[in-house]
Amino acid sequence: MRNIWSLMKKEIRSYFSSPIAYVVISGFLLLVGFFFYSLVWWFNAQAMQMAQNPYYAQQININEMVFSPLFHNMSIILILVAPLLTMRLLAEEKKSGTDELLYTSPLSVGQIILGKYFAALVMLAAMLGLTALLSIFAFAFGNPEVAPWLTGYLGLFLMGATFIAIGLFFSSLTENQIVAAFLTFVTLLLLLVLNWVASSGSGTWQSVLSYLSFSQHFEDMTRGILDTKDIVYYLSFSAFGLFLAHSVIQSRRWR
Amino acid sequence: MIEVQELTKKYGELVAVRDLTFKVETGHIWGLLGPNAAGKTTTMRILTGYLPATAGRATVAGFDVFNEPDAVKKSIGYLPEVVPLYEDMTVSGYLGFVAEIKQVPAAKRKAAIGRVIESAGLKDVGRRLIKNISRGFKQRVGIAQAMIHDPKVLVLDEPTIGLDPAQIREIRELIKGLRGEHTILLSTHILPEVTQVCDGVVIINEGRLMASGSLADLAASFERNDGVILKLRRAGAEEAALFKGIPGVDRVSAEGNELRVEWGRGRDLHDDVARLALDRGLGLREMRSVASIEDLYMKIVSGGLEQ
Repeated sequence: MRNIWSLMKKEIRSYFSSPIAYVVISGFLLLVGFFFYSLVWWFNAQAMQMAQNPYYAQQININEMVFSPLFHNMSIILILVAPLLTMRLLAEEKKSGTDELLYTSPLSVGQIILGKYFAALVMLAAMLGLTALLSIFAFAFGNPEVAPWLTGYLGLFLMGATFIAIGLFFSSLTENQIVAAFLTFVTLLLLLVLNWVASSGSGTWQSVLSYLSFSQHFEDMTRGILDTKDIVYYLSFSAFGLFLAHSVIQSRRWR
Repeated sequence: MIEVQELTKKYGELVAVRDLTFKVETGHIWGLLGPNAAGKTTTMRILTGYLPATAGRATVAGFDVFNEPDAVKKSIGYLPEVVPLYEDMTVSGYLGFVAEIKQVPAAKRKAAIGRVIESAGLKDVGRRLIKNISRGFKQRVGIAQAMIHDPKVLVLDEPTIGLDPAQIREIRELIKGLRGEHTILLSTHILPEVTQVCDGVVIINEGRLMASGSLADLAASFERNDGVILKLRRAGAEEAALFKGIPGVDRVSAEGNELRVEWGRGRDLHDDVARLALDRGLGLREMRSVASIEDLYMKIVSGGLEQ
């Protein structure tokens, strides 16, 4: 446990001693802020119109009209951001030869991978936490429901954690950071849009594809539905990514 | 302290190390000598637990490298060929991180960092970023990180490579200063490094053991004759004849202004040779031993000799 903590601290420090943390966090906040602003703007306009009609007035819901689309947008931005957070984690160690220090220290490969994984999770949590500040305005001037807002953020965090695990796997495959980032990006995008194909298929094939797709499991969470099935999906997907990274490193040393 | 038995490492078809056997005694500095691509780095990587061996056994400080890797890693300090530095860290921040992952207890970490900064001569650069310090200092940081957990054994892969002559001398002095407290195995392809720093040597070529032993023993077993090389004002047939006259001298040969005087092993004619040179006023400039490991190394590496 102490070893994981030491590595995690080192990784977090290295995020902040290079420009990566600042650039990625501020870019993420800028984009999310823009989407939030435009959604609120659109929501305002809609609310004005709908308020004219007592029937539609019932339907005005800030959770569904602002937060749910915002969370979807954020999940897309995360697909762009996650590879940037993970690309150097293992690739750079290999390239600069510092992996030799890590693997000749009394650390297990599992501890090394988990330390790095948790460091990236801290970055993810920091990024999501900062965007949560935007919601203060929604809560101050409107009355959104807390539950779907919370499950939405939980969904984003779980999905981001899965992205990072996959990114870590690709970072273990190569010593080239750009290759690692790009492969991660391609994989994440494919997994996100897998359910598009599923909608036109049928039978088992369709249900397998739509089960594998990220978006299916995220959908419910943005609406305030917390299903253990979805949580298990994200956790097992993350575990699988970490397991693959672990296997790659082990096998490279035994070759 | 370090024992290697019939160690073999294959990368696919390529055999990097073949049936290597050697032993390093506690408190000694030994050199692992061989030309490039002889298998030095591979051997060290196996000893430090970075790579598993294909066959054979190795023990470090009494622990088996394959069965007790964590115990071995705790008792070994390792400077890889490419110094593993995080360029964005400060020197002391980096040493602190290494101390943590080498499991130096939190209470002793500060003292450990102070100790290695002192002994590696890093006082002036402790607060600087590693990317901003010179190559020589980076190498010292590499040695400092290897010593941070006060290991019994130090494994140094080409510790002086890429340094300027002054830095090379400093690093060699630093390593010599560690004799006794640590058992050290250092690799090099430069012979003088071995003769200046080491007590013993393991010579390998193409993954095979060519010779191993203390420097004195090796020289003794490969040189049938003992002798000296004299540098004189003039070294011709006339001078050669003079030295030939000393009882016990077998062979005298001249080359340039140097005279090679040899006699059977077991005698000690150094005084007689020197006295003659002085008495005759031959202008003695230099006198050195012929029992040179250099000849041996050249013979081994050029393939002219197998043990």
